[in-house]
Amino acid sequence: MHPDVETAPPAGPLDAAPRRLVVVGGGMVAQRLVEAVRDRDVDDRWQVTVLAEEPRAPYDRVALTSYFSGRDPEDLALGDPGLWDDPAVRLVRGARVVDVDRAARTVRVADGRTWAYDELVLATGSSAAMPPIEGNDLPGVFVYRTIDDVAALRGWVEQQAARGRPVRGAVIGGGLLGLEAAGALRALGATCTVIQVGTHLMSAQVDLGGGEALRRLINRLGVAVRTGTVTERMRVDRRGTVGRLDFADGGRLDVDVVVVATGVRPRDELARAAGLEIGARGGVVVDEACRTADPHVWAAGEVACIDGACLGLVAPGYAMAEVVVDRLLGGSAVFPGADTATKLKLSGVDVASFGDAFARTPGALELVHSDPVAGVYTKLVLSDDARTLLGGVLVGDASAYASLRPMVGRQLAGDPSALLLPGKDPASGGDLPDDATVCSCNNVTAGTVRGAVTDHACTDLGAVKACTRAGTSCGSCLPLVKKLLGAELTRAGITVSHALCEHFAMSRRQLFDAVRVTGLRTFSEIVQRHGHGRGCDICKPVVASILSSLDDGHVLDGERAALQDTNDHVMANLQKDGSYSVVPRIPGGEITPEGLLVIGQVAKDYGLYTKITGGQRIDMFGARIDQLPGIWKRLVDAGFESGHAYGKSLRTVKSCVGSTWCRYGVQDSVGLAVALELRYRGLRSPHKFKLGVSGCARECAEARAKDVGVIATDNGWNLYVGGNGGFTPRHAQLLAEDLDTDTLVRTIDRFLMYYIRTADRLQRTAPWMEEVDGGLAGVRAVVLDDALGIAADLDASMARHVDAYADEWKATLEDPEKLRRFASFVNAPTTPDPSLAYVAERGQARPATATERAELERSTAGGPVVVAGTTLAVRS
Amino acid sequence: MTGPVQVPVQVPGDVPVEAPVDGPVDVRVDVRVEVRGAAPRWTAVCRLDDLAPERGAAALVDGEQVALFRLVDDTVLAVEQRDPFSGAHVVSRGIVGTRGDTPTVASPMYKQVWDLRTGRCLDAVGREPQDLRTWPVQTDGDVVLVGGPGAVPGPAEGAAP
Ligand SMILES: Cc1cc2nc3c(=O)[nH]c(=O)nc-3n(C[C@H](O)[C@H](O)[C@H](O)COP(=O)(O)OP(=O)(O)OC[C@H]3O[C@@H](n4cnc5c(N)ncnc54)[C@H](O)[C@@H]3O)c2cc1C
Ligand code: SF4
Repeated sequence: MHPDVETAPPAGPLDAAPRRLVVVGGGMVAQRLVEAVRDRDVDDRWQVTVLAEEPRAPYDRVALTSYFSGRDPEDLALGDPGLWDDPAVRLVRGARVVDVDRAARTVRVADGRTWAYDELVLATGSSAAMPPIEGNDLPGVFVYRTIDDVAALRGWVEQQAARGRPVRGAVIGGGLLGLEAAGALRALGATCTVIQVGTHLMSAQVDLGGGEALRRLINRLGVAVRTGTVTERMRVDRRGTVGRLDFADGGRLDVDVVVVATGVRPRDELARAAGLEIGARGGVVVDEACRTADPHVWAAGEVACIDGACLGLVAPGYAMAEVVVDRLLGGSAVFPGADTATKLKLSGVDVASFGDAFARTPGALELVHSDPVAGVYTKLVLSDDARTLLGGVLVGDASAYASLRPMVGRQLAGDPSALLLPGKDPASGGDLPDDATVCSCNNVTAGTVRGAVTDHACTDLGAVKACTRAGTSCGSCLPLVKKLLGAELTRAGITVSHALCEHFAMSRRQLFDAVRVTGLRTFSEIVQRHGHGRGCDICKPVVASILSSLDDGHVLDGERAALQDTNDHVMANLQKDGSYSVVPRIPGGEITPEGLLVIGQVAKDYGLYTKITGGQRIDMFGARIDQLPGIWKRLVDAGFESGHAYGKSLRTVKSCVGSTWCRYGVQDSVGLAVALELRYRGLRSPHKFKLGVSGCARECAEARAKDVGVIATDNGWNLYVGGNGGFTPRHAQLLAEDLDTDTLVRTIDRFLMYYIRTADRLQRTAPWMEEVDGGLAGVRAVVLDDALGIAADLDASMARHVDAYADEWKATLEDPEKLRRFASFVNAPTTPDPSLAYVAERGQARPATATERAELERSTAGGPVVVAGTTLAVRS
Repeated sequence: MTGPVQVPVQVPGDVPVEAPVDGPVDVRVDVRVEVRGAAPRWTAVCRLDDLAPERGAAALVDGEQVALFRLVDDTVLAVEQRDPFSGAHVVSRGIVGTRGDTPTVASPMYKQVWDLRTGRCLDAVGREPQDLRTWPVQTDGDVVLVGGPGAVPGPAEGAAP
């Protein structure tokens, strides 16, 4: 072997050395291919090397546009990042392959390194096509394919904006990609004109009628459209950057930025040079097994020309990856054919097309419903007997997409024209045949989803997603998956119990409604009327939370005190040794030097361990129950109030420093954060929740990791909802854009109240939004458009909360009755718990371990021991 | 560094440590009865009114930590204050409830559930069940008495405060 050739590390315990699989290209298809190898190659027969030109691990190109709302490239991560740490997998970033030597079975990378392979997969995807227009290389002209492309585009627009007048943008190409790019330019604050050569927008997917409806929707977003327009030249301006577009019809358009989105070209150059067959319109020709004429060279994804065509969608690419892996492992899978159904991902513009959208099947019938006022255009293509669905186009309202698409090629039950009526969701999911594909991204059939319920005991959406992968990519099939799940559970006679516990047969939401309607206000009355027994640690805190949402009494009032768990009961956080931690509120993370001194002095006097929390405040640990009132007396006297770190309630509103100090800030993020924190402090909810506010799109406050995230824009605030960190991290999704402060606050009010009323016990906002009617769109309809007619009621509830708020700790200190619960012992109220023991570590106290405790007891024979931290002050 | 750092030691049995409290905290009469020598058979620990219904309170009985619970019907029950699953003395701070007709408490630490009458662990939350010790309790008028070793329910002897 050539001495420079890098080889895979030697084999593990198996006798046969693993074979070397080299993948050229680190895109979406490569990622799926490696995932499939690691899933299925249980004997570690293959050592996989991925040579990737881009400087990063494979990412979700389909979601590229979300880079503009999320900013962080990490948001686009695909699958389990642990995949790349697998010893059987090697990802080489920044490695562009320049040559394939089929005879020697090696590939060479631009930097000269050579890799040997036993089998080679070309997964090089496509590049954005650049039409030969004069001036297409000017600064300010961009394509839209990679993270680097969109980062450069963003940087350019921001730089242009700094010149102080609106940035004028144009997108050449009115297809799926062009419209996404247009949305991105608008999101960046630029104006935008879409230039389309053809007669209408998205001409590859929708017909003329659909294109016209689409134009109206696009116009509503503030995007201008020029159809039938050929761009002849891009002209340079005085600064040497792109300044004007000249059209063949004599028209002109002044521009500061141009995005070219006229199509893609398969990156088949390696195969060409290696003498492999190339398709008429490009692409590496492969057979149904995805193999080229060379038995050791395969191609998958956008670069592959299969059945005479390259496919510019991710789902067929994933299918090819699975076929290749199956073959490498000795299987005989063949490419199943492509589903070219598409859905435009542009918020506010619903477009989908599927199947034979252009009615090319002989004898096909078209059924059209058009409502220009509502901006809706719907077309179904049916077989000549009007019974079998062949395809369709949905513009303006594509809610039926998820359920119609799997019905393609199948007989429709009932009158098809009924399906066109707006708001009708045709297939209930229940009658969908088992082999119908429900999730095309991950090729999951209705049968597989049903099997998840019957064979794998999944009873909720989260479990089905984890088990089948359905809905884990673009998510457009989730409504259908949810329906299938529901139908299957009913059919299997599984009643999903929503009972809270043995005392209440209802869910939190049902109980909330019941308590609201009956007006009962004590646990005894509620359990007598709606449940039985005397409750437990599950239902009692739920009832306490519901009651506080409904009338905002003190958490320790009367019988209610007995419902709280210890944290809410003593208004502190229980720690592992039975002591508590204390967190005063520091709204927006803003604190005066005087405030810091008070906290420091209190912590010092009581020997408390201090730590800065992730929520931008200070946590003091190691307070005994009997010390809590004394500690709080000092804090309250100094103007602090409860931070509710112990409650299922608002924790903090995290903020960046914002426009007051930051060079980039466009709004006062701290001011807003303080106002929001003061507004929602003490608000009890099904789960703790957090907010974040960033002063510009750089997002230093990580607001999108919060239940409610606010990001400043030049025109106001963008509102995101449903994010969280923790066990299952989620990024918040965009709910509304460019809101003024009043509208923002009102929208958050309603969002929180709607959540508080309808979520299940311990359900965070993200899973709640998956379950709630209509998902994100449903929430938007309720909080922005008042679709349920409850907005006024939600507003009134929040107003009541804000008016009734009082600091729980202050109220407690004023009430001798409430102070009684802080006795360490009922018969020795100020005697410390003798079992507590502390040792010093890094200059502060921490609980002693069991061994340390035993040692201490031995050395101080007799009696239990309290060893104080270095700074514990004992006053007499 | 080996072993823990030893810093000023307080042994609360001998010298009660006064909590550094500025506020109005100590609102209760200390009714602990200290009998030196032989263990008393019954110790008066508090008045019934000192206990909130369906909530626990800790008490020191002969140097041992006991968790007292007053149920809705004013029955008082006593179990070990030490939570065997965490080692922390916190059982009195758990939520009181029922399982069927059995009065229960759930650990505030890791949520295990015990029968308050027998101390039997009813739900070990996936761990090896560990029961709690129990103490006999009786009330004399409004005084709550906890029985020491060998105490049998009956009229209280000379332990009223
Ligand atoms: C903005 C946008 C939106 C999209 N939306 C959708 C959608 O909604 N639905 C959908 O189905 N599809 C969509 N697509 C298309 C989808 O992203 C592609 O079909 C998919 O990424 C194809 O995967 P691939 O692995 O074949 O190619 P790619 O993901 O392009 O990956 C190919 C990789 O190979 C690398 N490479 C190329 N040549 C070499 C070489 N010589 N050496 C080393 N590395 C090399 C490239 O740098 C690239 O990283 C969208 C695409 C874009 C750009
Ligand atoms: S998010 Fe923007 S305003 Fe806030 S600190 Fe970062 S750069 Fe500055």
